[in-house]
Amino acid sequence: MKFPSDARYSREHEWARFDGDDVIVGITPYAADELGDVVYVELPAVGLHVEVMDEFGTVESVKAVSPLYAPVAGDIIGVNEALDGAPELVNSSPMGDGWLIRVRPDDHATAVEDLLDAEAYDAFVDELLA
Amino acid sequence: MASEPLIFELASPGRPGVRPPLPQFDAVDPAAVLPEGQIRGALDLPEVSEIDVMRHFVRLSQRNHSIDTAIYPLGSCTMKYNPKINEVTARLPGLLEPHPYQPESSVQGLLALIHDLEAVLAELAGFATVTTQPAAGSQGEMVGLFCIQAWLRSRGERRTTVLVPDSAHGTNPATATMTGMRVEPLGTGPDGNIDLAELDAKLDDDVAALMLTLPTTLGLFEQRILDVTRRVHAAGGQVYGDGANMNAMLGRVRPGDLGIDVMHLNLHKTFTTPHGGGGPGAGALGVQAHLAPFLPGPRFVKTDAGYALEPAGPDSIGRVHSHVGNVGNLIRAYTYIRSLGRDGMREVADDAVLHANYLRARLAPHFDIPYDRICMHEVVLAGTRQRRLGVRTTDIAKRLIDYGVHPPTVYFPLIVDEALMIEPTETESIESLDQFAEALINVADEAKAAPDLLHAAPTTAPVRRLDEVTANRSPDVNWTPAD
Repeated sequence: MKFPSDARYSREHEWARFDGDDVIVGITPYAADELGDVVYVELPAVGLHVEVMDEFGTVESVKAVSPLYAPVAGDIIGVNEALDGAPELVNSSPMGDGWLIRVRPDDHATAVEDLLDAEAYDAFVDELLA
Repeated sequence: MASEPLIFELASPGRPGVRPPLPQFDAVDPAAVLPEGQIRGALDLPEVSEIDVMRHFVRLSQRNHSIDTAIYPLGSCTMKYNPKINEVTARLPGLLEPHPYQPESSVQGLLALIHDLEAVLAELAGFATVTTQPAAGSQGEMVGLFCIQAWLRSRGERRTTVLVPDSAHGTNPATATMTGMRVEPLGTGPDGNIDLAELDAKLDDDVAALMLTLPTTLGLFEQRILDVTRRVHAAGGQVYGDGANMNAMLGRVRPGDLGIDVMHLNLHKTFTTPHGGGGPGAGALGVQAHLAPFLPGPRFVKTDAGYALEPAGPDSIGRVHSHVGNVGNLIRAYTYIRSLGRDGMREVADDAVLHANYLRARLAPHFDIPYDRICMHEVVLAGTRQRRLGVRTTDIAKRLIDYGVHPPTVYFPLIVDEALMIEPTETESIESLDQFAEALINVADEAKAAPDLLHAAPTTAPVRRLDEVTANRSPDVNWTPAD
């Protein structure tokens, strides 16, 4: 699989992409495909502070309920309200309109440095699918 | 196939189903004898003739897949054939007609039957005593955890963590959460067993219990079970056994002998009471002697004066079902056990395990099997080879419908990618097992040669692919009159 190079990726299949001072977070197209049709996304309250790997919500598909893990540390300053009525956005546009949360990172400079770049995540997923 | 109308849509005003006999007394005008607010208007019931009703429900039943139609290899559900003699005994007037408030002296037979059923189940599973009060496996789990909590309290202890292997049934962590406990997952090693090092690391003085599904949802026996239970006990915890997979062990293994302290048995799986239609279930619960005082009451006891219901003792967690549980199912389970006898029980387990391993061997060349060793009552395949061809496990399952067999459980357990979890049960013949295996092998061949056949399936069922998202999020289950 090929993933956009303007984002970084976690081994838990979340992506993180800078948007000015903030980081936008969602699940990767691979994760969305593996989950199957998403029927509900449970998102956190705005204002919550998360550390890397903290569980910040769940995504429920017709197959299973899966936890969402924060790929970056910081304050959650926004959530994608559109998912409330249209969780299918996670399937149709996982790295666009199906984004999950907006985070103000604790440290902008190092926020995503431990995450995989697109090439490394490509290889990681290829290994999973091999 | 045309869609079947709702029975309300079949109705025609004034068309009677049954003509009741004319009353033998003079009719009274309700308005003359009842206050205005208590007089009911017409009920909005469908007016249909008897033949319309009969045809409607027979047509619906013909669209259904049931164990009386063909193999139903739904993993971890034990969809075995339910002998029809069970229905005969459950309808014997002396067992069918008693009222729950009838004097005990007038229902001695029924009390004796349930008392004996509890004794036989305790013997089969190796426990000091069994209660048949819980109405489902999940309720049995909850009662079991409540008993463990009560036992801990009686020792002046408060523990809040429940360890749950990731190869457990989904109800296990759900039950632990519902009872206010904290769930700590345990990983599965490459051999399909619990990782003992991880178990040791997580066993501390807050661990109330380990909830163990045995055999696991991988269809595998936990090979170091004695090490597991010994370590949990040494740390002061209890071992809860999920006995939903008891079919693999009947007459061969007694979970109570393995160090399991409390375990539920799904009478509607292992002991042939009907299920798959939404209930009612029956989740008998067996416990070791130290947990017995905490069980729900009343208990079935045998006294010098006969059989009786003994009220719950002072330490009991209380009643969990009105009266004494789902009695009809208890009669069916007792009938099944007595029909087969001790040797028959053992044959059930032997054949259930043999059948699953026969399918494992036949299907191994065609599917990946991530935890590939001798299995118990079920085998878990992975559709990973087919995924590389652009075919998902969902597509395989839907295509099986076109072959007239019920698909296995899919996407569970979660630790197996693209899982296909197959439990054939002991009641299928070798011809039936072959037919199922050949259907699955054909589908695997089609995945290579004509994958679009799988993507389009099912094509022969009453309905095609369903919109599962809408069915989950906004199901329309109401009917309103056209006007």
